[in-house]
Amino acid sequence: MDDVIIIGGGVVGCMIARELSKYNLAITLVEKNEDVACGTSKANSAVIHAGFDAKPGTLKAKLNVRGNTFFPALCEELDVPFKNNGSLVLAFDDEEINTVGELMERGKTNGVPGLDYWDTDKILEVEPYLKKTVRRALYAPTAGIICPYEFTIALAENSYQNGVKYLFEAPVTGVEKITDENLVVRTSKGDLQGKYVINAAGLFADEISKLAGAEEYQIIPRKGEYLIFDKEYGYLAQMVLFPTPSKISKGILVCPTVDGNVFIGPNSNNIDDKTDVSVQREGIEEIISGGKKIVPDLPLKNIITSFAGLRASSTKGDFIIEASQKVKGFINVGGIESPGFTSSPAIAEMIVEILINEGLKLEKKNNFIPHRPRKYRFREMDNEAREKLIKQNPDFGHVICRCETVTKGEIVDAIRRPLGARSIDGIKRRTRAGMGRCQGGFCSPKVLAILAEELKVKPTVIRKANGGSEVLLGKIKEYL
Amino acid sequence: MIYKELVVIGGGPAGLSAAIQAYEEGVQDILLIERDFELGGILKQCIHNGFGLHIFQEELTGPEYAERFIKELKKMNIEVILDTMVLEITNEKKIIAVNKELGILNIQTQAIILAMGCRERTRGALNIPGFRPAGIFTAGTAQRFVNIEGYMPGKDIVILGSGDIGLIMARRFTLEGAKVRCVVELMPYSNGLTRNVVQCLEDYDIPLYLRHTVIEIHGKDRLEGVTVAEVDDNNLPILATATYIPCDTLLLSVGLIPENELSKLAEVKLDDRTGGPIVNQRMETSTQGIFACGNVLHVHDLVDFVTQEARLAGKGAADYLSKGKVDNYADAIPVRVLKGVRYIVPQYFQGKEMLNGRQELFMRSVKPMDKAKLIIDSDKGVIKTKTLNYVKPSEMINVALQKEELCQANPNYLEISLQEVGDRS
Ligand SMILES: Cc1cc2nc3c(=O)[nH]c(=O)nc-3n(C[C@H](O)[C@H](O)[C@H](O)COP(=O)(O)OP(=O)(O)OC[C@H]3O[C@@H](n4cnc5c(N)ncnc54)[C@H](O)[C@@H]3O)c2cc1C
Ligand SMILES: Cc1cc2nc3c(=O)[nH]c(=O)nc-3n(C[C@H](O)[C@H](O)[C@H](O)COP(=O)(O)OP(=O)(O)OC[C@H]3O[C@@H](n4cnc5c(N)ncnc54)[C@H](O)[C@@H]3O)c2cc1C
Repeated sequence: MDDVIIIGGGVVGCMIARELSKYNLAITLVEKNEDVACGTSKANSAVIHAGFDAKPGTLKAKLNVRGNTFFPALCEELDVPFKNNGSLVLAFDDEEINTVGELMERGKTNGVPGLDYWDTDKILEVEPYLKKTVRRALYAPTAGIICPYEFTIALAENSYQNGVKYLFEAPVTGVEKITDENLVVRTSKGDLQGKYVINAAGLFADEISKLAGAEEYQIIPRKGEYLIFDKEYGYLAQMVLFPTPSKISKGILVCPTVDGNVFIGPNSNNIDDKTDVSVQREGIEEIISGGKKIVPDLPLKNIITSFAGLRASSTKGDFIIEASQKVKGFINVGGIESPGFTSSPAIAEMIVEILINEGLKLEKKNNFIPHRPRKYRFREMDNEAREKLIKQNPDFGHVICRCETVTKGEIVDAIRRPLGARSIDGIKRRTRAGMGRCQGGFCSPKVLAILAEELKVKPTVIRKANGGSEVLLGKIKEYL
Repeated sequence: MIYKELVVIGGGPAGLSAAIQAYEEGVQDILLIERDFELGGILKQCIHNGFGLHIFQEELTGPEYAERFIKELKKMNIEVILDTMVLEITNEKKIIAVNKELGILNIQTQAIILAMGCRERTRGALNIPGFRPAGIFTAGTAQRFVNIEGYMPGKDIVILGSGDIGLIMARRFTLEGAKVRCVVELMPYSNGLTRNVVQCLEDYDIPLYLRHTVIEIHGKDRLEGVTVAEVDDNNLPILATATYIPCDTLLLSVGLIPENELSKLAEVKLDDRTGGPIVNQRMETSTQGIFACGNVLHVHDLVDFVTQEARLAGKGAADYLSKGKVDNYADAIPVRVLKGVRYIVPQYFQGKEMLNGRQELFMRSVKPMDKAKLIIDSDKGVIKTKTLNYVKPSEMINVALQKEELCQANPNYLEISLQEVGDRS
């Protein structure tokens, strides 16, 4: 019997889990995938927005600006790379200058600190590869970039250390009220009982809400596609570079990642299938032409990979964060599209208030562990520190991924950590092995072998991600 | 700090031959660094035969070919460290490497030979639309799984690209009982050796679809199929020809890229055409005392040429160490690429006293030609011509220029072209 059951292991679910793990509560998080951060939280722009975009008075506006303020300290505490590099919204003509002016006003109303206008010279001094005809930019010093899956994983790891239970590969198939006090959550791995159920199922939050008999709304998936360039071209953008936004989207940006790559994207197209994260030819063309409007000389021959993420756009137009009036104990966190990642700490704060209002008694733990176990990033260490580490554990002297310089020590650690990796993609998101220019061509056989050894299973059992994604189909001589 | 006269980075056929040659030329204090647990490089996974026809007049397997050099090397007083990854090199020839036993190694050397080989082009570089499931492998990775680890990455296979590794793997998978549905190639000709097309596809009735490509990948967890279409003159897919082919595995054999991340750190200038360093006739890069050979320099189809080139680099390094630093690098003769030629190595000749008796030129054509005339022209007139039969981009052309031929003409530059015989344009 749990106090709180959270459905969905994206940034929202994991942030709520971590926040609630500061209190004496029994909590379970249920996730249909084999790992956290497998939904929208792994495929987005990874921008910690300043907050000038959202319409004043909306939850999006309020939670974005507040959420933003948590990141520096939170990332420090959880040892997650975060870079407060600021953002520019670029205007190339009179109309865009007007719109940028409106954004400035909106930002002030929303309470975004430090907004300023930059002129052409200033912009080009900082961003020399930008299109020279830029005329003005709205500068937001509080914007930043983060590694979205590493952040989500860090929240999960830390909440796990603090007692939250995780149930993976357990899609929720029903939510029912069984007594006045209790709800039951039905999953493919059995039923769970809890006093409160938090629906943070991302794209599927509408379906879960409907299953529970709570308020109905609809989530429409809106796809955004991306292309990532080789690290060698990391110099192309220093800050988050937005075009002037249109009515429907912030537009196609050119943006650095915390790991030193630059990406372009996303576009914005409504689709029908909530699991369709394919990248399409038209999409690729669309983002290239969008990217070129900001940085004309894009190294198109040095694209290392493409991906797509789906925005969970609700028919209500704003985040839906509320206790159900129809099903007591059921709380919706739906429609969390951009700036959902940025807002997540403020969303979790709001959930705590809602739970208190709904009658949950909260009592702080005195043994809360704020930090997750130390993580070594060989690539970023100086040689003295590396030398010391290898003396302690020789596996840190064995480089497995040559493109991102990831050592065996880091891969073994990724498996043994709290909520450790179980798949090739799990290793990739925790260590970056396989994320470089050769995309795992060199290291994937080695990573697979380490996983099999650590998990004490046959290599043929090892998967790329979910069930059905086994990498090897058999031993040689088996098909003869 | 460890001090060395010469460090060779990479223990494939290029590194092995270069180290052996340098030793034979009198370099005493050589260190060879290899990141794998054994020597031999990519050859260890090439268990098919076809290696060594030129050098040994024998058809050896990859491991056999490598073994001959490893044996020879072991007889010499050449220090080898395995399981050791070079992380950094500088133009001052400082090397930082790492391994489990010794931790971080700081090495100062007088000369370096780069022999790090190449990596395979991936799906990302091609931008193939669709999902990103398991079951997509570069051909070399699949080769490693099958030949070294003993596992089958799939049993129902489509191969994109007709590079040699893809062709070899088509046969290997067929022999292992898997179904290879087809090889799909964008160009109007195969990118592999003719003998591989015959021995690996035709002999097994595996169709080769030229002027075709994969335009979409299907399947969310494991690959379920690919859509293949013909392409038009601009290499764009003709959607009306799109066909769905079910398969559980897609192998990519779409090109190799010289691995020059380290070279760049040492400010070695690269050639856009080869993807490898720009070198002179002794395989010396733009950073004096740093040499390159094998697939790090340009991608080879035959290991014999790798060995030949590596010997030049080994000798070059030995010459550099004995007298080199006073050599005259100034009066360089650039070797330019004209019509019909995709690239050439070396990209320039330097210093008359540094010339060899025979100057080896390695090049590739831009397209297949039944009969072609190779013209080595210069500001002082044509120096040499040669008629070649059955020229293909996938088969490297090697011609030599005698020292006298070059010195007599005394050119300021050379220009190399390949003209199709019968083509009057
Ligand atoms: C293209 C794009 C760009 C974006 N850029 C930014 C940005 O720059 N900055 C920003 O702040 N935000 C951005 N966002 C928004 C941000 O990514 C999301 O708001 C955030 O990731 C949402 O997190 P989540 O936890 O709600 O959803 P998710 O990460 O999708 O998590 C939901 C989880 O629920 C699980 N689930 C679903 N159904 C079930 C079930 N039946 N049983 C069990 N589990 C289930 C899913 O598997 C998933 O893991 C962007 C979004 C997109 C698509
Ligand atoms: C799959 C395949 C099939 C082929 N088939 C044939 C054939 O049938 N017949 C034929 O004649 N030729 C064939 N070839 C061509 C030929 O054998 C290769 O081109 C040749 O092996 C290249 O040799 P190399 O030494 O340059 O590179 P490699 O063999 O790749 O060796 C490079 C070595 O450098 C090491 N290294 C790289 N970076 C570092 C670092 N930072 N620190 C330490 N060590 C490092 C690597 O581990 C590797 O061992 C084939 C090639 C391939 C790839």
